[in-house]
Amino acid sequence: MGATLDLFAAASPEGAWTVSDVTQRARAAIEAGLGPVWVRGEISGFKAWHSGHWYFALRDKRAQLRCVMFQKDNRRLPAAPTDGMQVFVFARPTVWEEKGELRLTVVELLSTERGGLWQLAFEQAKAALTKDGLLDPARRRPLPPYPRRIAVVTSKDGAALRDIIAVTRRRWPAVELLVLPTKVQGDGAEDAICRALGLLARIDGLDVAIVGRGGGSREDLWTFNSERIARAVAAVPVPVISAVGHETDVTLCDLVADFRAPTPSAAAEAATPDRGDVAVAVAHLGARLARGLALRSDRVAQRVDRTLDRLVGAIDLALERRRHQLSAVGGRLDALSPLKVLERGYAVALDSDGHVLSRVAQLTPGLGFRLRVVDGEVGARVGGAGS
Amino acid sequence: MSPASEQPSFARQLERLEEIVRRLESQDLDLDEALKLFEEGIERLRQARERLTAAETKVKQVLADHAGHLRVEDFDG
Repeated sequence: MGATLDLFAAASPEGAWTVSDVTQRARAAIEAGLGPVWVRGEISGFKAWHSGHWYFALRDKRAQLRCVMFQKDNRRLPAAPTDGMQVFVFARPTVWEEKGELRLTVVELLSTERGGLWQLAFEQAKAALTKDGLLDPARRRPLPPYPRRIAVVTSKDGAALRDIIAVTRRRWPAVELLVLPTKVQGDGAEDAICRALGLLARIDGLDVAIVGRGGGSREDLWTFNSERIARAVAAVPVPVISAVGHETDVTLCDLVADFRAPTPSAAAEAATPDRGDVAVAVAHLGARLARGLALRSDRVAQRVDRTLDRLVGAIDLALERRRHQLSAVGGRLDALSPLKVLERGYAVALDSDGHVLSRVAQLTPGLGFRLRVVDGEVGARVGGAGS
Repeated sequence: MSPASEQPSFARQLERLEEIVRRLESQDLDLDEALKLFEEGIERLRQARERLTAAETKVKQVLADHAGHLRVEDFDG
C-alpha cells in the first residue's frame, strides 16, 4: 500500500507536473531523440494560409502526422503539392506545445511522381495560359523582314548576348541593338525579366525583341517557365523571339513567344535577313529596272544593254564577294541614269510641253521641238521626213 | 526615344522598286513616264545600297531608374 500512498502523495501542486512541463519535456525528448529525418507518405488535407505557411498531414495506411512547412522554406518550391501526392519530406519532428501535437516541421519537400512539383507547376501554369488563349498559334505575329531596332532581354555578361551581337553584325549591320540587362537565373530573375519585358512597350520604333539565355541546368532554365514571364512576353507590343538555350525542353516562354529559337544565335538569325541574300535580290531588281527602260526606248536600248552586261557581271561578283561588291553594284547602276546616258552624247527630243518625242510619226516635217542634251536644251526643227 | 530612322522602311523601298520594275516591264508606258520611273528606281536602289553597306551595328543598353525613366547608354560589352 506504500506505493499507492506515494502515488497520491505526489498529487499535489508541488508533486504534479503542469501541462506545459509535459509538452516541454516531450518536445525536448523528441527533438533530441529524433533528429531531422526524411519521411515518406501521402499528402492529405493540404492548406496554404495567407501567411504563406503550408499545413497538411502526411499519412500511410496506419498512421498520420501533422506537418507544417513555413513560407521561408516553401517559397523555393515551384508549386504547392496536392492531396494524394506521394512525397518525401525532410523534417524535424517536434511537439507543437499549444495543441500538444506531434508535428513535423518540413524544410524540404520532393514529389516522387514523374517530374514532381516542377512538372506540376508547369502544367498548372500552362493550363492557365491556355485558358486565357495565350498559347493559341493564331496569336503568333510574323517577324519583320528588315528590322531597324531589336531589343535583347538577357544577361549582360552571358555568351548569349555576345552571340546575338556577333550574328547580327554579320547578317544585318543596319540595325540598332538595345540591350536590357537582367538576371536570368536565381532569386530576383523572374522579377527582373518581367520588368525588362514591361519596358519594351516604351521603346519607340522597336521592330522585334529577343528574350533568353544560353544553356544551363534544368533548374537554371526553370525561370523561363514562370507564368508571370509568359504573360509579360504575351503583353509585348512587338513580335518576341524566345531563345532559352536548350533543344529538348520547351519552356512556357517559348510557347507564348511569336517565334521559338533553339539558341541565342538562332534567335539573331531569325530576327535579321542575310545581307548577301538581300544584296543579290536588289541587284536583280536593278537589272530588271535597266532592262525595263531598254524596252521602252530603242535609242537608249543599245547603251543600256551594254551597261546591263556589266551590271549582270556585277551581280555575279556580288554573289561571289557579297559585301565588298555591293557598292560596286550601286556605282554601276548610277551609270544607267538617263543623265549619264546624255553625257555619253545621246539627246532626247521633247515637245513644247516637255513630252518625249520618240516616234517618227510624232516628228512631222517642219515641227519645232527642243533637244535635251547633257548641259541644257536647244531649239530644233524637223527637216525632211525620215524612214 | 527617337525613332531609329525617318526614312521609309526598307521593305517599303523594295516594294516600291518591285512596282517600278513591273510598270517598266509592262507595255503601256511612254518614254517620259519610263524615264521618270527609272530615275526614281535608281534613287531607291541607291538608298537600298546605303542600308546594305551600313556601318557596324550599334549596340546600346537601356536602363530604367527608380522613377521608371529610361536611359540609353552605349554598350561596350
